Amino acid sequence: MLASPPIISVSNLSKTYGSGFKALNGINLDIRRGEIFALLGPNGAGKTTLISIICGIANLSEGSVSVGGHDINKDYRAARSLIGLVPQELHTDSFETVWATVSFSRGLFGKPKNPAHIEKVLKDLSLWDKKDSKIITLSGGMKRRVMIAKALSHEPQILFLDEPTAGVDVELRKGMWDVVRGLQASGVTIILTTHYIQEAEEMADRIGVINKGEIILVEDKAGLMQKLGKKHLKLYLQGKVDAIPASLAAYDLELSDDGRAVIYNYDTKGERTGITSLLSDLRDAGIRISDLDTTQSSLEDIFVSLVRAP
Amino acid sequence: MNFRAIQAIYLFEMARTWRTLLQSIVSPVVSTSLYFVVFGAAIGSRITEVDGVSYGTFIVPGLVMLSVLTQSIANASFGIYFPKFVGTIYEILSAPVSYVEIVIGYVGAAATKSIILGLIILATAALFVPLHILHPWWMLTFLVLTAVTFSLFGFIIGIWADGFEKLQMIPMLIVTPLTFLGGSFYSVNMLPSGWRTITLLNPVVYLISGFRWSFYEIADVSVALSLGMTIGFLAICMTLVWWIFRTGYRLRN
Repeated sequence: MLASPPIISVSNLSKTYGSGFKALNGINLDIRRGEIFALLGPNGAGKTTLISIICGIANLSEGSVSVGGHDINKDYRAARSLIGLVPQELHTDSFETVWATVSFSRGLFGKPKNPAHIEKVLKDLSLWDKKDSKIITLSGGMKRRVMIAKALSHEPQILFLDEPTAGVDVELRKGMWDVVRGLQASGVTIILTTHYIQEAEEMADRIGVINKGEIILVEDKAGLMQKLGKKHLKLYLQGKVDAIPASLAAYDLELSDDGRAVIYNYDTKGERTGITSLLSDLRDAGIRISDLDTTQSSLEDIFVSLVRAP
Repeated sequence: MNFRAIQAIYLFEMARTWRTLLQSIVSPVVSTSLYFVVFGAAIGSRITEVDGVSYGTFIVPGLVMLSVLTQSIANASFGIYFPKFVGTIYEILSAPVSYVEIVIGYVGAAATKSIILGLIILATAALFVPLHILHPWWMLTFLVLTAVTFSLFGFIIGIWADGFEKLQMIPMLIVTPLTFLGGSFYSVNMLPSGWRTITLLNPVVYLISGFRWSFYEIADVSVALSLGMTIGFLAICMTLVWWIFRTGYRLRN
């Protein structure tokens, strides 16, 4: 398959604030058309700054960004009209109705009135029965969905979701992801930031990690999941062992420093975990177990180790 | 031109006006009526004519200008400050709109509101004093120019302000005194010559003088000078707005 040009192309992007703080440092990033891209990073890493620059909310200091082949500065109209943005904070009007605020967004992006489209967006987001309610009367989760509806009102090709599910209950979150999947199916490219690693795992095609204003990893989810597939079984021993018996050399085992526990690393994605045979071999070797627990290296662990690395 | 965006912003702002009709329209009308009662009827009856018109009639253009100036600034500064304050400005900044379109939308709505208000106050004044307008088109021209200029000025204040205090500061500390000292309630010619010279540094003098001329053909300074000064101030405000958007001052940093 011939690779189509990226829908967003960020090259050598840097942002230095007036205070001298360098929020972004030489960012290079391509977003593929039609993918769901998850951007992860600790607080203050530059996620929101990056999104703000691509969407036109903040000026860049160095480098360039193009959206759909349009430079975001020279050809800002064409670039911005492709993008729908749902920022992290709940920024909504208060006294307008849901219908009015969503229609306003469509007009702002220069699109002719289309009540049928707005009706569809509101229905997809379960906001239809609230269309005549003032926004101030809505719950936080509903306000979040109103912001998504505003972003979708002008039929964007790219949707930015900055922490979309913060403060949204589980049921709604599911509904929201259904909407996102539906959008992707209709060809919309989605870039999201989230703190819920599960969401990134579940939703994203690719994952990027940003820290201290630099992209430190961009990888297909499949590749990352391989690393994530590792699980650790910790077996607490009744007595102390000095070394792992030779009969157990075939297993990937580590002995804890105090000699009172062994750690077995295995792959949950593998056909066999080897746990059953390990336990029987341990018994045969005369090692008795007092307790056990298992842990999984999560995206969070990978993430933390990446971010902590000097 | 993204006309739909201009329309969207304009109608959004006007909707805010209709929603807050009471404080937008009624309260300025009430306070202006109070001026008429106090200055026109109570004190004015003891003042003889000024430049050939009764005092009550004389103060009408000044009172209209007083409201138009303060309301233009208040409407426009609040109109752009509020989205900044609650954060909804993100949408305006991320939309495919040029700053000219943003300004036309916000400033147009603020000016519309204060023009409507000025006309209502004029109608209210007609209930208290006999009113005649010698040059209605010039009257409208000065009204529109002033409303647009000071809405632009308010827009600038709204972008500059990073707190509600600052939003109030310029109108309270500078604009209101300038308006009161700008000949709303008296003719500049009534002042001793030293004060008169100082007063001529006040830009509001030219606005009120020109506006009053369109009513009664009496003016403190020549009409051409009034018009020139108004347009000059408009040009200064436009330059400032251009600079704001060019540099992203307080918006895109």
